[in-house]
Amino acid sequence: MQQRNQPAGRADGASGTVSVNLTVNGTRHSLTLDPRTSLLDLLREHLDLTGSKKGCDHGQCGACTVLLDGRRVVSCLTLAVMQDGANVTTVEGLAKDGHLHPLQQAFIDHDAFQCGYCTPGQLCSGVALIAEGHAKTADEIRELMSGNICRCGAYTNILAAIQQAMRQS
Amino acid sequence: MAPYIGTAVSRVDGVAKVTGAAKYAAEFSAPGLLYASIVSATITKGRITRIDTSAALAVEGVLTVLTHENRPRMADKDEAYKDEVAPDGSPFRPLYDDKIKFNGQPIALVVAERSEIARFAASLVVVEYGAAAYVTDVFRRREAAVPVKAPANPSEALFAPPKPRGDADRALAAAAVRHEGEYYVPIEHHNPMELYAATAIVDPDGKLTVYDKTQGVQNIQHYLCGVFGLKSDDVKVMNPYMGGGFGSGLRPQFEVVLAVLAARALQRSVRVVLTRQQMYALGYRPAMIQRIALGANRDGTLDAISHDAITVTSQYEDFYRQETAWSGLLYTSANAKYAHRLAHLDLATSCDMRAPSAATAVYALEAAMDELAVALKLDPLELRLRCYSDRDQHEDRPYSSKALRECYRQGAEAFGWSRRNPEPRSMREGTDLVGWGMATGVWDAFQAPITVRIVLTANGHAEVACATSDIGTGTYTIMAQVAADMLGLPLDNISIKLGDSSLPQSPVEGGSWIAASVSNGIATTAARIRNELLRLAKQMPGSPLADVGSDDVALADGKLVSKRDSSRAVSIADAMRQGAVERIEQEETTNPAQDEKRAHNTHSAIFAEVKIDEQLGVIRVTRVVSAIAAGRILNTKTATSQILGGVVWGIGMALHEETQIDHTFGRIVNANIAEYHVPVHADIHDIKVIFVDEPDDSNPLGIKGLGEIGIVGVAAAVANAVYHATGKRVRDLPISLDKLLA
Repeated sequence: MQQRNQPAGRADGASGTVSVNLTVNGTRHSLTLDPRTSLLDLLREHLDLTGSKKGCDHGQCGACTVLLDGRRVVSCLTLAVMQDGANVTTVEGLAKDGHLHPLQQAFIDHDAFQCGYCTPGQLCSGVALIAEGHAKTADEIRELMSGNICRCGAYTNILAAIQQAMRQS
Repeated sequence: MAPYIGTAVSRVDGVAKVTGAAKYAAEFSAPGLLYASIVSATITKGRITRIDTSAALAVEGVLTVLTHENRPRMADKDEAYKDEVAPDGSPFRPLYDDKIKFNGQPIALVVAERSEIARFAASLVVVEYGAAAYVTDVFRRREAAVPVKAPANPSEALFAPPKPRGDADRALAAAAVRHEGEYYVPIEHHNPMELYAATAIVDPDGKLTVYDKTQGVQNIQHYLCGVFGLKSDDVKVMNPYMGGGFGSGLRPQFEVVLAVLAARALQRSVRVVLTRQQMYALGYRPAMIQRIALGANRDGTLDAISHDAITVTSQYEDFYRQETAWSGLLYTSANAKYAHRLAHLDLATSCDMRAPSAATAVYALEAAMDELAVALKLDPLELRLRCYSDRDQHEDRPYSSKALRECYRQGAEAFGWSRRNPEPRSMREGTDLVGWGMATGVWDAFQAPITVRIVLTANGHAEVACATSDIGTGTYTIMAQVAADMLGLPLDNISIKLGDSSLPQSPVEGGSWIAASVSNGIATTAARIRNELLRLAKQMPGSPLADVGSDDVALADGKLVSKRDSSRAVSIADAMRQGAVERIEQEETTNPAQDEKRAHNTHSAIFAEVKIDEQLGVIRVTRVVSAIAAGRILNTKTATSQILGGVVWGIGMALHEETQIDHTFGRIVNANIAEYHVPVHADIHDIKVIFVDEPDDSNPLGIKGLGEIGIVGVAAAVANAVYHATGKRVRDLPISLDKLLA
């Protein structure tokens, strides 16, 4: 019995490099990348912005959520090469001038996290949700935050934190 | 200065966590760091007959492919692989030989300059197998399951099977009202958000610093020393933050072995990150087939309890906990008997998962109690009160404290239980059936030996150090609170060091024992600091504390103060100036008193409301009240989070979670976090947590621990609510739509 673990792609693997220019948290970066690099790996491995988390690499958990030109996206399913010229905000870019974003402070106030691993994704998702303006009720917030899993089960407190930040915005 | 203990202090690591500054195991780097990708077995049992790595090695940027054929030397005795909490048996050894013991077993490690290259090259490894027959279905091993033996590992001794009492068979046969039922809980996986990862950094002097996702840095360090024949100062293990463990990180996992193996082979720093799919080859909550029989008198008192359980483990280790012991403990019953058997399957070894054994066993017991209440035509809460026990039923000894009655009272009141119509299907809201259910929870209150070091400096700052972990539970925060109170300093003047194997000794973080252990450890060491300060203060000319004994002095507001006369005080700075010392360092081990005369447990009462769409069977858990009796609550904010999390887990257990195996192939088919369902925001509604007052003198600070109790009983409360709503009893979890509509 012979099995390959996955279908093989190009056998040489030396797929060349591509250059990508993008702005992350207000800083412009010019990078030369393996074209297979995800936006998440670009952030974590090339820019040492490890705040964006890898929880599944399949777009299922939301831990890698960042703001791409203001929209929330799962950065693990976003190829870096397709974001030439984009403007990215990560959890590291939410605080301004040494002051926490109101949602970051609300997360601390309401203990909206335990292990902290889903937190950057919850925060980016929550910031975008407030800006989208679609969610008015608790159930609407719950529905529109459901792409961000929290295995510690901090949902009750995340909801309270988002509601606090909504009132402030 | 008001005390910090018992207040809602925000997490001291909160800013680090909301700004992305908190670093986890895969987020530490080193010059020339290499990336490794694991190749997993695609058969369930057998041997590797050929493994061809040439195509992978030919990829530019690949440094090596490690397999059982070319790996560096590893220990060959089982003892080397036995960690602090290892069960009996022969632990799994990654890349050790050609044997395949479970599907998804790591069989090769591709190490490359970049993660994309390693991942691609791993897909090029060709493996030929000689497959053997296997069984992964617990129901197929039901008859072949073998009775558990008392464990050999002394630290596991409390998991010895409970002793029967009276004559349960006779009492069951004679009982006026009987209920007997079979309950099933499937395999569940922890699925912490952080992927399992280890970064092994080769320091310039050749020593290793290993950042690992673990619940016990010293457990990993000892293990690595054994497996690789290292001296203890050759390797340091760190986990300043851990992205959730829930028991999956109590034992060493294969990522850390593989990272160290590669780092030693190449003398380069290496990072190994598991994929989410590969994490399903780690441990899991064992599936459990349970038969509960209850025999009751007409007045609702119990006369007999029988609990039979079959749990799942691997072919190479006997993992189990006190699965059958909870039912015999909780309620007054003169007769009780138990049988606990192990089904050895061709899977990885099962392991601890949040409230191991209690989460599953108390589900069955409390669902059975609900069925008994129906048979007796008695309110389910009233049945629990009639069976209430003030004594540990196994050992016939009192509890150090047990405020469960108060949990029932406060929980029922907050929930509005008295307005419950007992009749199933009697409560409706629009097209929804409404159901109210309740259950009891119980867990142990453990305390373990621990060592704490405190360094106090003359400027009134203190560093508190212990090799424990904060896996998200809030250990940093409660340590800071306790130290601040014990040293009489502001919280901001306390810095906490943990998650480093070179710090003073700590057990693994699990079982809800760290809060009690480390807090009392801090109190012990702080008393030594206080005594040293008093010794110095007494040397001052005309010292106001000259005749004050060590028990009559406290540290408060940066001063040593006589408890009898607060005007007699010496500041920390003055005392240290007198001794011409800049710092006082004390390190002390706390060995908790063994109080075998009393039982030490936490308890809870859970009340749940479900609303079920009658046509579609969609179940929503709209309200939960969890009333907890768990001794002194150190931090009402983080403690509430612990219980909220436990309730969310219980809802997942009741309605969502199930690891599904295709038994034809022996492979997990939902090995991802979309098809393995965990509760998401939309699944969670109103949850109220109540902490009832429960003074306890088992340890000086009266702490019992909280990590587990929050989940215990929740699945039963939800399942009982589903029955009340629909009149349909689903005994095998999760209660999915198809089972409800069937």
